[in-house]
Amino acid sequence: MKLKLSQADIDGAEVQLIERVSGEEMKRCYQCGNCSGGCPVAYAMEVPPSQIMRFLQLGMVDEVMGANSMWVCVGCLQCSSRCPQGVSVASVLEGLRQITLRKGTDKTRVADIPARFLEKAPQQAIVCGFRKFVS
Amino acid sequence: MKIPYYPGCTLNTVAKGFDASARDSALAIGFEMAELPQWNCCGATFPLTPDNLIALCAPAKVLSNARKEGDTLTTLCSVCYNVLKRTNKVLRDDREKRGVINGFIEEEYDGSVNVVHFLEVLRDRIGFDKVKEAVKRPLKGIKAGAYYGCMLLRPFEDIGIDRVESPTVFEDLLRAIGAEPVEFPNRIECCGAHLAMNNGEIVERLSGNVMTSAVACGAELIVTTCPLCQYNLEKSQGGVAQNTPGYNEVPIIYFTQALGLALGHDIEKLGFENNASDVMGLLKKKGIV
Repeated sequence: MKLKLSQADIDGAEVQLIERVSGEEMKRCYQCGNCSGGCPVAYAMEVPPSQIMRFLQLGMVDEVMGANSMWVCVGCLQCSSRCPQGVSVASVLEGLRQITLRKGTDKTRVADIPARFLEKAPQQAIVCGFRKFVS
Repeated sequence: MKIPYYPGCTLNTVAKGFDASARDSALAIGFEMAELPQWNCCGATFPLTPDNLIALCAPAKVLSNARKEGDTLTTLCSVCYNVLKRTNKVLRDDREKRGVINGFIEEEYDGSVNVVHFLEVLRDRIGFDKVKEAVKRPLKGIKAGAYYGCMLLRPFEDIGIDRVESPTVFEDLLRAIGAEPVEFPNRIECCGAHLAMNNGEIVERLSGNVMTSAVACGAELIVTTCPLCQYNLEKSQGGVAQNTPGYNEVPIIYFTQALGLALGHDIEKLGFENNASDVMGLLKKKGIV
Protein backbone atom coordinates (compact mmCIF):
# COMPACT_ATOMS: atom_id res chain seq x y z
CA MET A 1 0.00 0.00 0.00
CA LYS A 2 1.35 3.42 -0.97
CA LEU A 3 0.75 6.16 1.57
CA LYS A 4 0.98 9.85 0.88
CA LEU A 5 1.91 11.64 4.06
CA SER A 6 1.91 15.37 4.64
CA GLN A 7 3.41 17.35 7.48
CA ALA A 8 0.32 19.55 7.42
CA ASP A 9 -1.87 16.53 8.30
CA ILE A 10 0.55 15.19 10.91
CA ASP A 11 0.49 18.51 12.78
CA GLY A 12 -3.06 19.25 11.67
CA ALA A 13 -5.98 20.59 13.65
CA GLU A 14 -7.85 17.29 13.55
CA VAL A 15 -5.08 15.35 15.29
CA GLN A 16 -4.71 18.18 17.79
CA LEU A 17 -8.43 18.03 18.55
CA ILE A 18 -8.24 14.26 19.13
CA GLU A 19 -5.24 14.77 21.43
CA ARG A 20 -7.02 17.50 23.36
CA VAL A 21 -10.31 15.63 23.80
CA SER A 22 -8.71 12.27 24.63
CA GLY A 23 -5.89 13.68 26.76
CA GLU A 24 -3.45 11.32 25.01
CA GLU A 25 -0.29 12.15 23.09
CA MET A 26 -0.08 10.01 19.94
CA LYS A 27 3.69 10.24 19.55
CA ARG A 28 4.30 8.43 22.82
CA CYS A 29 3.25 5.15 21.20
CA TYR A 30 6.19 3.10 19.89
CA GLN A 31 4.09 0.44 18.18
CA CYS A 32 4.88 -2.57 20.35
CA GLY A 33 1.42 -3.98 19.68
CA ASN A 34 0.58 -4.96 23.26
CA CYS A 35 -2.75 -3.14 23.00
CA SER A 36 -3.87 -5.05 19.93
CA GLY A 37 -2.59 -8.28 21.47
CA GLY A 38 -4.61 -7.82 24.65
CA CYS A 39 -7.72 -6.29 23.09
CA PRO A 40 -10.63 -8.75 23.31
CA VAL A 41 -12.41 -7.12 20.38
CA ALA A 42 -9.48 -6.47 18.03
CA TYR A 43 -10.77 -9.35 15.92
CA ALA A 44 -13.88 -7.35 15.11
CA MET A 45 -12.15 -3.99 14.51
CA GLU A 46 -11.53 -2.73 10.99
CA VAL A 47 -8.46 -0.98 12.40
CA PRO A 48 -6.99 -2.57 15.57
CA PRO A 49 -5.83 -0.39 18.50
CA SER A 50 -2.11 -0.17 17.65
CA GLN A 51 -2.94 0.80 14.07
CA ILE A 52 -5.33 3.48 15.31
CA MET A 53 -2.33 4.99 17.07
CA ARG A 54 -0.11 4.67 13.99
CA PHE A 55 -2.64 6.25 11.64
CA LEU A 56 -3.04 9.18 14.01
CA GLN A 57 0.72 9.60 14.32
CA LEU A 58 0.77 9.89 10.53
CA GLY A 59 -2.09 12.38 10.47
CA MET A 60 -4.41 9.93 8.70
CA VAL A 61 -7.55 10.87 10.56
CA ASP A 62 -10.08 9.71 7.96
CA GLU A 63 -8.83 6.13 8.27
CA VAL A 64 -9.67 6.01 11.98
CA MET A 65 -12.85 8.09 11.86
CA GLY A 66 -14.23 5.84 9.12
CA ALA A 67 -13.41 2.58 10.92
CA ASN A 68 -15.78 0.72 13.24
CA SER A 69 -13.11 0.46 15.96
CA MET A 70 -14.45 3.22 18.23
CA TRP A 71 -17.90 1.62 18.31
CA VAL A 72 -16.61 -1.88 18.95
CA CYS A 73 -14.31 -0.91 21.85
CA VAL A 74 -15.75 -2.29 25.09
CA GLY A 75 -13.76 0.10 27.29
CA CYS A 76 -12.26 -2.77 29.29
CA LEU A 77 -8.95 -0.87 29.66
CA GLN A 78 -6.80 -3.90 28.92
CA CYS A 79 -4.93 -1.83 26.28
CA SER A 80 -4.05 0.98 28.69
CA SER A 81 -3.29 -1.48 31.47
CA ARG A 82 -0.67 -3.25 29.34
CA CYS A 83 0.85 -0.24 27.53
CA PRO A 84 4.51 0.17 28.47
CA GLN A 85 4.28 3.85 27.52
CA GLY A 86 1.23 4.61 29.65
CA VAL A 87 -0.94 5.44 26.64
CA SER A 88 -4.64 4.72 26.85
CA VAL A 89 -5.95 3.71 23.42
CA ALA A 90 -9.34 3.31 25.12
CA SER A 91 -9.25 7.07 25.82
CA VAL A 92 -8.29 7.80 22.21
CA LEU A 93 -11.25 5.71 21.01
CA GLU A 94 -13.53 7.46 23.50
CA GLY A 95 -12.17 10.75 22.15
CA LEU A 96 -13.20 9.68 18.63
CA ARG A 97 -16.65 8.71 19.91
CA GLN A 98 -17.05 11.98 21.77
CA ILE A 99 -15.99 14.04 18.75
CA THR A 100 -18.61 12.20 16.67
CA LEU A 101 -21.38 12.34 19.28
CA ARG A 102 -20.75 16.00 20.07
CA LYS A 103 -21.64 16.77 16.46
CA GLY A 104 -25.05 15.26 17.18
CA THR A 105 -24.44 12.05 15.21
CA ASP A 106 -25.87 9.05 17.03
CA LYS A 107 -24.39 5.60 16.56
CA THR A 108 -27.54 3.89 17.80
CA ARG A 109 -30.98 5.36 17.18
CA VAL A 110 -33.04 5.12 20.34
CA ALA A 111 -36.00 3.83 18.30
CA ASP A 112 -33.85 0.89 17.14
CA ILE A 113 -33.04 -0.37 20.65
CA PRO A 114 -35.09 -3.55 21.16
CA ALA A 115 -37.90 -3.10 23.71
CA ARG A 116 -36.93 -6.43 25.25
CA PHE A 117 -33.45 -5.10 25.99
CA LEU A 118 -34.86 -2.01 27.71
CA GLU A 119 -37.17 -4.24 29.77
CA LYS A 120 -34.70 -6.90 30.84
CA ALA A 121 -31.23 -5.37 30.81
CA PRO A 122 -29.57 -3.98 33.91
CA GLN A 123 -30.04 -0.22 34.16
CA GLN A 124 -26.30 0.25 34.05
CA ALA A 125 -26.16 -1.29 30.54
CA ILE A 126 -28.79 1.15 29.31
CA VAL A 127 -27.19 4.21 30.91
CA CYS A 128 -23.71 3.21 29.74
CA GLY A 129 -24.95 2.35 26.25
CA PHE A 130 -26.61 5.75 25.95
CA ARG A 131 -23.40 7.45 27.02
CA LYS A 132 -21.33 5.56 24.50
CA PHE A 133 -23.67 5.49 21.50
CA VAL A 134 -26.20 8.34 21.75
CA SER A 135 -25.42 12.06 21.51
CA MET B 1 -20.21 -1.23 62.81
CA LYS B 2 -22.21 0.66 60.19
CA ILE B 3 -20.77 1.31 56.75
CA PRO B 4 -22.44 3.83 54.42
CA TYR B 5 -23.58 1.90 51.37
CA TYR B 6 -24.38 2.89 47.81
CA PRO B 7 -26.50 0.22 46.07
CA GLY B 8 -26.73 1.84 42.62
CA CYS B 9 -29.59 1.56 40.13
CA THR B 10 -29.28 -2.05 39.07
CA LEU B 11 -29.21 -3.46 42.59
CA ASN B 12 -32.44 -1.63 43.24
CA THR B 13 -34.16 -3.26 40.25
CA VAL B 14 -32.99 -6.33 38.34
CA ALA B 15 -30.25 -7.40 40.79
CA LYS B 16 -32.17 -7.30 44.06
CA GLY B 17 -30.77 -10.67 45.10
CA PHE B 18 -27.25 -9.22 44.91
CA ASP B 19 -28.26 -6.39 47.27
CA ALA B 20 -30.30 -8.44 49.75
CA SER B 21 -27.78 -11.25 50.05
CA ALA B 22 -25.01 -8.74 50.77
CA ARG B 23 -26.98 -6.91 53.45
CA ASP B 24 -27.92 -10.16 55.18
CA SER B 25 -24.34 -11.44 54.93
CA ALA B 26 -22.98 -8.25 56.47
CA LEU B 27 -25.36 -8.57 59.42
CA ALA B 28 -24.39 -12.21 59.92
CA ILE B 29 -20.72 -11.24 59.98
CA GLY B 30 -21.31 -8.32 62.33
CA PHE B 31 -21.70 -5.07 60.42
CA GLU B 32 -24.47 -3.13 58.78
CA MET B 33 -24.66 -1.79 55.24
CA ALA B 34 -26.36 1.55 55.85
CA GLU B 35 -27.90 2.70 52.56
CA LEU B 36 -27.33 6.39 51.83
CA PRO B 37 -30.52 8.35 52.63
CA GLN B 38 -30.25 10.00 49.23
CA TRP B 39 -28.50 8.79 46.10
CA ASN B 40 -28.65 8.91 42.32
CA CYS B 41 -27.21 6.94 39.41
CA CYS B 42 -23.40 7.08 39.21
CA GLY B 43 -23.51 7.38 35.42
CA ALA B 44 -22.54 3.75 34.84
CA THR B 45 -19.30 4.62 33.04
CA PHE B 46 -16.30 6.69 34.01
CA PRO B 47 -15.70 9.20 31.20
CA LEU B 48 -12.36 8.40 29.55
CA THR B 49 -12.03 11.86 28.04
CA PRO B 50 -10.68 14.25 30.68
CA ASP B 51 -12.69 17.25 29.45
CA ASN B 52 -16.01 15.51 30.05
CA LEU B 53 -16.71 17.05 33.45
CA ILE B 54 -20.47 16.86 33.16
CA ALA B 55 -20.24 13.06 33.43
CA LEU B 56 -18.47 13.44 36.77
CA CYS B 57 -21.27 15.49 38.34
CA ALA B 58 -23.60 12.56 39.08
CA PRO B 59 -20.97 10.48 40.90
CA ALA B 60 -19.67 13.61 42.64
CA LYS B 61 -23.16 14.19 44.02
CA VAL B 62 -23.23 10.61 45.35
CA LEU B 63 -19.83 11.11 47.00
CA SER B 64 -20.79 14.41 48.57
CA ASN B 65 -23.96 12.83 49.99
CA ALA B 66 -21.85 9.96 51.31
CA ARG B 67 -19.47 12.36 53.06
CA LYS B 68 -22.40 13.55 55.19
CA GLU B 69 -22.74 9.98 56.51
CA GLY B 70 -19.10 9.23 57.25
CA ASP B 71 -15.64 8.86 55.75
CA THR B 72 -16.20 5.56 53.94
CA LEU B 73 -18.54 4.43 51.18
CA THR B 74 -18.97 0.83 50.12
CA THR B 75 -20.48 -0.57 46.92
CA LEU B 76 -21.15 -3.99 45.44
CA CYS B 77 -21.41 -3.38 41.72
CA SER B 78 -17.97 -3.26 40.09
CA VAL B 79 -19.00 -0.44 37.77
CA CYS B 80 -20.34 1.80 40.55
CA TYR B 81 -17.15 1.09 42.46
CA ASN B 82 -14.97 2.02 39.50
CA VAL B 83 -16.89 5.20 38.66
CA LEU B 84 -17.08 6.43 42.26
CA LYS B 85 -13.48 5.64 43.11
CA ARG B 86 -12.08 7.26 39.98
CA THR B 87 -14.30 10.31 40.28
CA ASN B 88 -13.26 10.67 43.89
CA LYS B 89 -9.61 10.71 42.87
CA VAL B 90 -10.25 13.51 40.38
CA LEU B 91 -12.07 15.53 43.03
CA ARG B 92 -9.31 14.95 45.57
CA ASP B 93 -6.32 15.63 43.33
CA ASP B 94 -7.46 18.15 40.72
CA ARG B 95 -8.26 21.50 42.30
CA GLU B 96 -9.48 23.13 39.15
CA LYS B 97 -11.91 20.36 38.22
CA ARG B 98 -13.08 20.12 41.83
CA GLY B 99 -14.00 23.81 41.73
CA VAL B 100 -15.98 23.45 38.50
CA ILE B 101 -17.84 20.31 39.62
CA ASN B 102 -18.62 21.61 43.10
CA GLY B 103 -19.92 24.82 41.54
CA PHE B 104 -22.21 22.80 39.32
CA ILE B 105 -23.59 20.45 41.95
CA GLU B 106 -23.68 23.20 44.61
CA GLU B 107 -21.64 21.29 47.15
CA GLU B 108 -18.26 21.73 48.80
CA TYR B 109 -16.89 18.22 48.48
CA ASP B 110 -13.14 17.65 48.85
CA GLY B 111 -12.63 14.02 47.85
CA SER B 112 -12.18 12.80 51.42
CA VAL B 113 -14.47 9.77 51.23
CA ASN B 114 -12.71 6.42 51.03
CA VAL B 115 -14.52 4.32 48.40
CA VAL B 116 -14.20 0.61 49.15
CA HIS B 117 -15.65 -2.44 47.48
CA PHE B 118 -17.53 -4.93 49.67
CA LEU B 119 -14.72 -7.43 48.98
CA GLU B 120 -12.26 -4.93 50.49
CA VAL B 121 -14.46 -4.54 53.56
CA LEU B 122 -14.40 -8.30 54.05
CA ARG B 123 -10.67 -8.58 53.42
CA ASP B 124 -9.32 -5.48 55.15
CA ARG B 125 -11.80 -4.53 57.86
CA ILE B 126 -13.32 -7.86 58.84
CA GLY B 127 -10.65 -10.31 57.66
CA PHE B 128 -11.29 -13.48 55.67
CA ASP B 129 -10.40 -15.54 58.77
CA LYS B 130 -13.40 -13.97 60.56
CA VAL B 131 -15.59 -14.62 57.54
CA LYS B 132 -14.46 -18.23 57.67
CA GLU B 133 -15.41 -18.46 61.35
CA ALA B 134 -18.94 -17.27 60.52
CA VAL B 135 -19.47 -19.97 57.87
CA LYS B 136 -22.23 -22.44 58.76
CA ARG B 137 -22.76 -24.15 55.43
CA PRO B 138 -19.35 -24.45 53.72
CA LEU B 139 -19.46 -24.78 49.94
CA LYS B 140 -17.39 -27.88 50.20
CA GLY B 141 -16.43 -29.65 47.02
CA ILE B 142 -17.63 -26.89 44.71
CA LYS B 143 -15.07 -25.83 42.15
CA ALA B 144 -15.84 -22.16 41.66
CA GLY B 145 -14.43 -19.72 39.11
CA ALA B 146 -14.08 -16.15 40.37
CA TYR B 147 -14.90 -13.87 37.47
CA TYR B 148 -13.40 -10.43 38.14
CA GLY B 149 -14.17 -8.77 34.82
CA CYS B 150 -12.65 -5.36 34.15
CA MET B 151 -13.99 -2.62 36.37
CA LEU B 152 -13.08 -4.20 39.69
CA LEU B 153 -9.40 -4.18 38.68
CA ARG B 154 -8.56 -1.52 36.11
CA PRO B 155 -6.93 0.91 35.90
CA PHE B 156 -4.56 -0.19 38.63
CA GLU B 157 -3.35 3.37 39.38
CA ASP B 158 -6.87 4.45 40.31
CA ILE B 159 -8.42 1.24 41.66
CA GLY B 160 -5.60 -0.81 43.17
CA ILE B 161 -7.82 -3.36 44.93
CA ASP B 162 -5.37 -6.10 43.95
CA ARG B 163 -2.65 -7.02 41.45
CA VAL B 164 -4.08 -6.19 38.08
CA GLU B 165 -2.95 -9.29 36.16
CA SER B 166 -2.94 -11.85 38.97
CA PRO B 167 -5.48 -10.86 41.62
CA THR B 168 -6.36 -13.18 44.50
CA VAL B 169 -8.92 -11.31 46.62
CA PHE B 170 -11.91 -13.03 45.05
CA GLU B 171 -10.37 -16.53 45.22
CA ASP B 172 -9.39 -15.88 48.84
CA LEU B 173 -13.03 -15.19 49.69
CA LEU B 174 -14.18 -18.34 47.89
CA ARG B 175 -11.61 -20.34 49.85
CA ALA B 176 -12.81 -18.78 53.13
CA ILE B 177 -16.37 -19.92 52.47
CA GLY B 178 -15.24 -23.46 51.77
CA ALA B 179 -15.30 -23.57 47.99
CA GLU B 180 -12.39 -24.64 45.84
CA PRO B 181 -11.38 -21.66 43.67
CA VAL B 182 -10.46 -22.42 40.08
CA GLU B 183 -8.18 -19.99 38.30
CA PHE B 184 -8.99 -19.59 34.63
CA PRO B 185 -7.32 -17.48 31.94
CA ASN B 186 -10.29 -15.27 31.11
CA ARG B 187 -11.15 -14.30 34.68
CA ILE B 188 -9.92 -10.72 34.10
CA GLU B 189 -11.29 -10.34 30.57
CA CYS B 190 -14.34 -8.39 29.43
CA CYS B 191 -17.86 -9.85 29.11
CA GLY B 192 -18.80 -7.47 26.29
CA ALA B 193 -20.14 -4.79 28.65
CA HIS B 194 -22.40 -2.10 27.14
CA LEU B 195 -22.24 -3.68 23.68
CA ALA B 196 -25.23 -5.61 25.07
CA MET B 197 -27.18 -2.67 23.67
CA ASN B 198 -26.26 -3.06 20.01
CA ASN B 199 -23.88 -5.94 19.37
CA GLY B 200 -25.06 -9.27 20.73
CA GLU B 201 -22.55 -11.16 18.61
CA ILE B 202 -19.52 -9.66 20.32
CA VAL B 203 -21.10 -10.09 23.76
CA GLU B 204 -21.78 -13.75 23.08
CA ARG B 205 -18.23 -14.32 21.88
CA LEU B 206 -16.59 -12.53 24.84
CA SER B 207 -18.92 -13.93 27.49
CA GLY B 208 -18.56 -17.31 25.81
CA ASN B 209 -14.78 -17.10 26.08
CA VAL B 210 -15.15 -16.41 29.82
CA MET B 211 -17.49 -19.35 30.42
CA THR B 212 -15.70 -21.90 28.24
CA SER B 213 -12.38 -20.88 29.78
CA ALA B 214 -13.78 -21.37 33.30
CA VAL B 215 -15.41 -24.69 32.49
CA ALA B 216 -12.30 -25.97 30.72
CA CYS B 217 -10.38 -25.33 33.94
CA GLY B 218 -12.88 -27.35 35.91
CA ALA B 219 -15.28 -24.70 37.23
CA GLU B 220 -18.73 -26.00 38.22
CA LEU B 221 -19.91 -22.55 39.22
CA ILE B 222 -19.04 -19.01 38.09
CA VAL B 223 -19.21 -16.22 40.64
CA THR B 224 -19.54 -12.54 39.60
CA THR B 225 -19.30 -9.06 41.15
CA CYS B 226 -21.16 -7.06 38.53
CA PRO B 227 -24.78 -7.18 37.35
CA LEU B 228 -23.76 -6.45 33.76
CA CYS B 229 -21.25 -9.34 33.74
CA GLN B 230 -23.97 -11.51 35.28
CA TYR B 231 -26.50 -10.44 32.61
CA ASN B 232 -24.14 -10.86 29.67
CA LEU B 233 -22.95 -14.28 30.79
CA GLU B 234 -26.47 -15.50 31.54
CA LYS B 235 -27.86 -14.19 28.28
CA SER B 236 -25.05 -15.72 26.23
CA GLN B 237 -25.00 -19.14 27.81
CA GLY B 238 -27.70 -20.74 25.63
CA GLY B 239 -25.97 -19.74 22.40
CA VAL B 240 -22.57 -20.75 23.72
CA ALA B 241 -23.87 -24.19 24.71
CA GLN B 242 -25.35 -24.62 21.25
CA ASN B 243 -22.15 -23.66 19.44
CA THR B 244 -19.56 -25.31 21.69
CA PRO B 245 -19.44 -29.10 21.44
CA GLY B 246 -19.00 -30.72 24.84
CA TYR B 247 -19.83 -27.57 26.79
CA ASN B 248 -22.11 -28.07 29.77
CA GLU B 249 -24.03 -25.07 31.08
CA VAL B 250 -22.64 -23.71 34.31
CA PRO B 251 -24.57 -21.87 37.04
CA ILE B 252 -23.65 -18.19 37.46
CA ILE B 253 -24.32 -16.40 40.76
CA TYR B 254 -23.30 -13.21 42.56
CA PHE B 255 -20.50 -13.56 45.08
CA THR B 256 -22.79 -12.36 47.85
CA GLN B 257 -25.23 -15.15 47.03
CA ALA B 258 -22.35 -17.62 47.49
CA LEU B 259 -21.41 -15.86 50.71
CA GLY B 260 -24.98 -15.82 52.07
CA LEU B 261 -25.34 -19.48 51.20
CA ALA B 262 -22.19 -20.31 53.16
CA LEU B 263 -23.29 -18.18 56.09
CA GLY B 264 -26.35 -20.41 56.38
CA HIS B 265 -29.09 -18.06 55.15
CA ASP B 266 -32.44 -19.40 53.99
CA ILE B 267 -32.10 -20.49 50.39
CA GLU B 268 -35.35 -18.61 49.55
CA LYS B 269 -33.78 -15.34 50.64
CA LEU B 270 -30.78 -15.51 48.33
CA GLY B 271 -32.67 -14.50 45.21
CA PHE B 272 -31.66 -17.53 43.14
CA GLU B 273 -35.07 -17.52 41.46
CA ASN B 274 -34.02 -14.38 39.56
CA ASN B 275 -30.82 -15.94 38.25
CA ALA B 276 -31.13 -17.32 34.74
CA SER B 277 -29.21 -20.48 35.52
CA ASP B 278 -30.15 -23.12 38.04
CA VAL B 279 -27.72 -23.49 40.92
CA MET B 280 -29.88 -25.78 43.06
CA GLY B 281 -28.97 -28.88 41.05
CA LEU B 282 -25.29 -28.34 41.81
CA LEU B 283 -25.96 -27.63 45.50
CA LYS B 284 -28.01 -30.82 45.83
CA LYS B 285 -25.40 -32.86 43.98
CA LYS B 286 -22.73 -31.63 46.39
CA GLY B 287 -24.93 -32.31 49.41
CA ILE B 288 -24.95 -28.67 50.48
CA VAL B 289 -28.73 -28.38 50.59
